[in-house]
Parts: sequence; structure tokens; C-alpha cells
Amino acid sequence: MDMRVLDFAFESSLIEAIGQGLPLVSRPYEAIAKQLCCSEAKVIEGIQRLIQRDDIKRFGVVVRHRALGYRANGMVVWDIPDSRIEELGHRIGRYDFVTLCYQRPRRQPDWPYNLFSMIHGRDQSDVCKQVELIVEQCELQQIKYEILFSGRCFKQRGAIYSRTAGPISQPRVAVNG
Amino acid sequence: MRQYSPIEQRLLNDFQHGLPLSPTPFADIASELGVYETTVLENLKRLQTEGVISRIGAVFRPNRVGASTLAAMMVPEQDLETVAAIVNDFAEVNHNYERNHRFNLWFVVVANDEESLQATLQEIESRSGIKVMDLPMEQDYFIDLGFKMQWT
Repeated sequence: MDMRVLDFAFESSLIEAIGQGLPLVSRPYEAIAKQLCCSEAKVIEGIQRLIQRDDIKRFGVVVRHRALGYRANGMVVWDIPDSRIEELGHRIGRYDFVTLCYQRPRRQPDWPYNLFSMIHGRDQSDVCKQVELIVEQCELQQIKYEILFSGRCFKQRGAIYSRTAGPISQPRVAVNG
Repeated sequence: MRQYSPIEQRLLNDFQHGLPLSPTPFADIASELGVYETTVLENLKRLQTEGVISRIGAVFRPNRVGASTLAAMMVPEQDLETVAAIVNDFAEVNHNYERNHRFNLWFVVVANDEESLQATLQEIESRSGIKVMDLPMEQDYFIDLGFKMQWT
């Protein structure tokens, strides 16, 4: 059989195993290896490869923001001039309270925004303060933005890269424009 | 929210990325914190049982497989729950939130390929009678180093 096919099959089962989380035992990689019928070294190398390839963005403790008291999540959408999107995208994506930062297409005339960043905070005013900090430090005073807070959650299902949290009802406050 | 011990705080904050890839990662963490391996394991188990930690493992790059997009709809307030239920009916939808904007319904759609993704969006439009705004990710600028907690 083609080695690439075997590698792919192995990687798929490894991804499934580590996506669910490591078992909390002294030798977790060995435990996964037993499950996949391979060596401990092969599991560790496989994870290293996925990290190098950037298929794994982060490998460690995954916390639930909401359970730790970070109840507000604001999606901040920015109308960044195309010439500055890369510079500002990287800059905003680096703040430690920003948990996602994506460029998406504008949909004129309804939707002028091309940069989306997710910000978690203890409450809405906390989120607003973080946004003001970004505006000040990156000198975005001329840039149009809006903060969309989440209201009711109608569905949340575990996409493995999901980092947002469960149902809440929050006062619907329109924040600037 | 309860108070967290110094060990718990460090476990929650300092190991969100770069978990050791040695055969004994928890013993490595223990020696860094100056405690026993069993203490690390017990604390992690408790935090996981309490739901503060969802798992210790990998966060994958989005769009690694298949096609996905963020979609938004402008729904009349009185129809929001009905339309949300229509959207939820699709297995391809995996997050669906109300947000405080004239675009008040936001959801993520994941499909095997671009063609079936577009077909799903069209089907949502035709069943709800409301236009769907399709906002696929074009560039990812996020550096994931975990989320720094403020313990004050």
C-alpha cells in the first residue's frame, strides 16, 4: 500500500485522539499509542509534525472562558483600508485578549467591514475597554468599527476549534458605530 | 466563581500552549511548579470535572478540512426564533448566535466542499425567505498563545 495513504490514515486517527484531549495519566502519549496500536515515539512525532505544519495551532490546556467568569464575548468588526489590512490584522491578532482575528470579504453596501476579531471579557464594559485600548495603541481613531455582542445562543456544537461558549441572555446594548 | 489556588492559577494560565512533548509531560510541569506529578494530575482532573478546563490537547487550525464560512442574516425581530430553528435544522450549522446588530443572526456552516457549502446557504435562503450573507475567512491573523487570565 502507498505509504502516504497509511500516513494519512494514521494522522486522521491521531487527530481524532488528541482532539478529544489527552488522558490525565503519567504517560498520556503511551496511552494514545496503545489505542492506535503504534509506538509512543510515533505519537509524539506525529504531534510534532502537526504542530510544525500549523495544523495544530496550540497544544496545551484548553480553558472554558465562561466557566472562569469571562461572560461577555464581543465580535469586533473593523473597516480597515485594504493597504493596511495585513499590518493591522497581525497587530490586533497578537493581543492576548483577542481570541480570533480573521480577514473576511466586505459585502457592500450592507457590510463594509473586512476584519473580525473576537474579544472575551468579564462583562461588556470590560470588552469595550479592551477595544478602546486597541484603538488607542494602534491609532485607529479614524477607522470605523462596531462591537456585536452575543445574545441568545440557538445552537452550539463542538467544532473542535470552537472557543466561544454557551447560552446566555444579555441586555442588548448597541455600542457605538 | 470560586477562588483558585496558586497551583491552579498557574496550571490554567501557563500551560495553554507548548505542553511538553516528552513521554511524561505532567511530570515536567510538576518539576517546573515544584510539586509532585500526582498533584498536577489531581488538580487538572478536578478542574476538568468542574468544567473550567475543557481538555488538555490540541486546538486545530480552522478550515483544515472541508469548506466553512461565517454567515449572517437580517431577521425581523419577531421571526428570529422561527428562522433560528430553520437554520438549526441543518447538520452543517454548528454555531448559531443572536447578536445585537441589524444582522442579528450569525452562524458557522461547515461542509465537505465549497459546492455543498453554497448549496446549503441557498437552501437556508429558500426555506427562510431571507438573504444569507456569506463571509468566508480570507486570512487568519490570530496567533494562538492561549488566553491570559486576570486573577484580580
